[in-house]
Amino acid sequence: MTQALSIQKITAHYGTTKVLEDLSLEVAEGELVSLLGASGCGKTTTLRLVAGFLEPTSGKIELGGKDLTRLPPHQRNIGLVFQNYALFPHLSVADNVGFGLKQRGISGEAKTKRVNAMLERVGLAPFGDRLPGALSGGQKQRVALARALVIEPPLLMFDEPLSNLDAKLRVDMRVEIRQLQRANGTTSVYVTHDQEEAFSISDRVAIMHAGRIMQLDTPETLYQRPANAFVARFVGFENLIPMTVAARDGAGVTAEAAGGVRLTLSQDQFGAIPDNFTLACRADGLAVTAGADGIPATLGLRTYLGRAYQYQCDTPAGHLTANGPLTRPLDIGATAKLVPVPEQCTILAPE
Amino acid sequence: MTRNIHPVLIALTVLVFIFLVGPLVIVLGAALSDTSYLTFPPQGLSLRWFENIFKIEAFRRTIVTSLEIAFLSTGIALLVGVPAAYALNRYRIQLPGWLSTLFILPVLVPELVLGFSLLKNVATQFHAPIFVSLVLGHSLLVLPYVVRVISASLAAFDFSIEEAAISLGSPRLKTFFTILLPNVRSGVIAAFILAFITSINDVSISIFLTGPGISTLPIQILAHMEQFFDPTVASVSVLLMGLTVAVMAAVERTLGLTFFAK
Repeated sequence: MTQALSIQKITAHYGTTKVLEDLSLEVAEGELVSLLGASGCGKTTTLRLVAGFLEPTSGKIELGGKDLTRLPPHQRNIGLVFQNYALFPHLSVADNVGFGLKQRGISGEAKTKRVNAMLERVGLAPFGDRLPGALSGGQKQRVALARALVIEPPLLMFDEPLSNLDAKLRVDMRVEIRQLQRANGTTSVYVTHDQEEAFSISDRVAIMHAGRIMQLDTPETLYQRPANAFVARFVGFENLIPMTVAARDGAGVTAEAAGGVRLTLSQDQFGAIPDNFTLACRADGLAVTAGADGIPATLGLRTYLGRAYQYQCDTPAGHLTANGPLTRPLDIGATAKLVPVPEQCTILAPE
Repeated sequence: MTRNIHPVLIALTVLVFIFLVGPLVIVLGAALSDTSYLTFPPQGLSLRWFENIFKIEAFRRTIVTSLEIAFLSTGIALLVGVPAAYALNRYRIQLPGWLSTLFILPVLVPELVLGFSLLKNVATQFHAPIFVSLVLGHSLLVLPYVVRVISASLAAFDFSIEEAAISLGSPRLKTFFTILLPNVRSGVIAAFILAFITSINDVSISIFLTGPGISTLPIQILAHMEQFFDPTVASVSVLLMGLTVAVMAAVERTLGLTFFAK
């Protein structure tokens, strides 16, 4: 039933503008992969290529080993869930859900049974006779989900399905989507610009930028071990400090940044450190201390985060953002040392 | 809740209503007059001028011709205009901007110029039959209305609805009929009525294209008035008004007149 999706080196253009370049992506059977990125990164284009609404300039798309690339969209048998629900306004909820079955020649009792079972699953059993206009946003998206699921497609694709819902409903709905997807074991591609949403719902996430996949990994790996500066910034490593190794002593490495700043890092904590690297630290990964070691900093603006104070710091290695403890708020102009916290830092190899 | 309405505003409103409704009352009065010339207020009451319409063969014939031309030209305009409006909206980004202007051009060009150029090119050059050139001329005349009105209702249409249907297995063409058209139904009806009424009322294009044996109702009214100046023209006008009121009543019943006010 469920099938693996394979996108092989596709390039796509809008007119003469290249929007995707040599993009490859494998989604295993039953897996949910998110395409995450800012608008214009090519995530929606990728989805539309797979759906068949756009044609790639070159490359190949396979579903369950079958070549889809030149197949018209209505023959692809892919369940789609749209951002604005895209329900048929002139059809009742039940007819909306039954639309795909009707196209497959399923009618009468068999259709009614499957539609009702599906409406039951998304908690909309009493709403079958209503028109979509009479439903709330969350209900509409449930109908859209039911309509896509009822045809039991080998592949489900979501195009920012939750961005029109309010924050709380969004969290509820994404749990619901994940549960339904898990229960059916349907291979899924999920397009979103919301990092939390992508990370919470996905088996793997592809972070996209300028028509390319910057990194495809599990949410945990992306969050803790980004592969490059773009992904590091994307997942919240605010400070990227380029460094060069000055001396090695067993596991200990002394490295130098701009302005003659020296830090001693342990390879036991940070992993293997190449000669040239970038030290990526979250704001939580730079502790504001009064010690002797660390990056000397002059503190600037202080903001309150609830769990910590955040400081905009001037250092010889450039502008850095660091968090300090709530117990001791420091004023603008105070000096301190910034010390990397290994759990909130990572080493980026040169690109 | 009470609101004070300024007396000047009330006076102006009354004046506007008189201005709008007055001529219609006068025409109705003149149509009922027992005299053999147009006059108001009517002297004596008679329905004989209504009878007269159907006694005069030219009126009978032109009423039929006008209806035929209106139905055919509106039909052609819908066949061309609905797909055109669809394409203009669906591929708005990909299409050049001047293309949508092209479809409203017939409204921008003075109708007399349009009529004359049709006479010169279609009727004279290609020796098209009078009826055919009339239908073509009227199709061109009403096409902009069709494209505009359908475009307006398509502007509110979310084309991802169409993609949803396609992804569920419905071919493109079938989707157009089962999903798109039902959602712009009111726009199509409005376009039909607007085009139909425009065609029925047209003088400037028809006057160039009518010829021996074939005429439209408005042209016949003009011709009759030049010759006779009797209340028949008023009673024909009342009939036309009656037809319009009937159409509007039907629209009010099915769509609600507010549809046109949108």
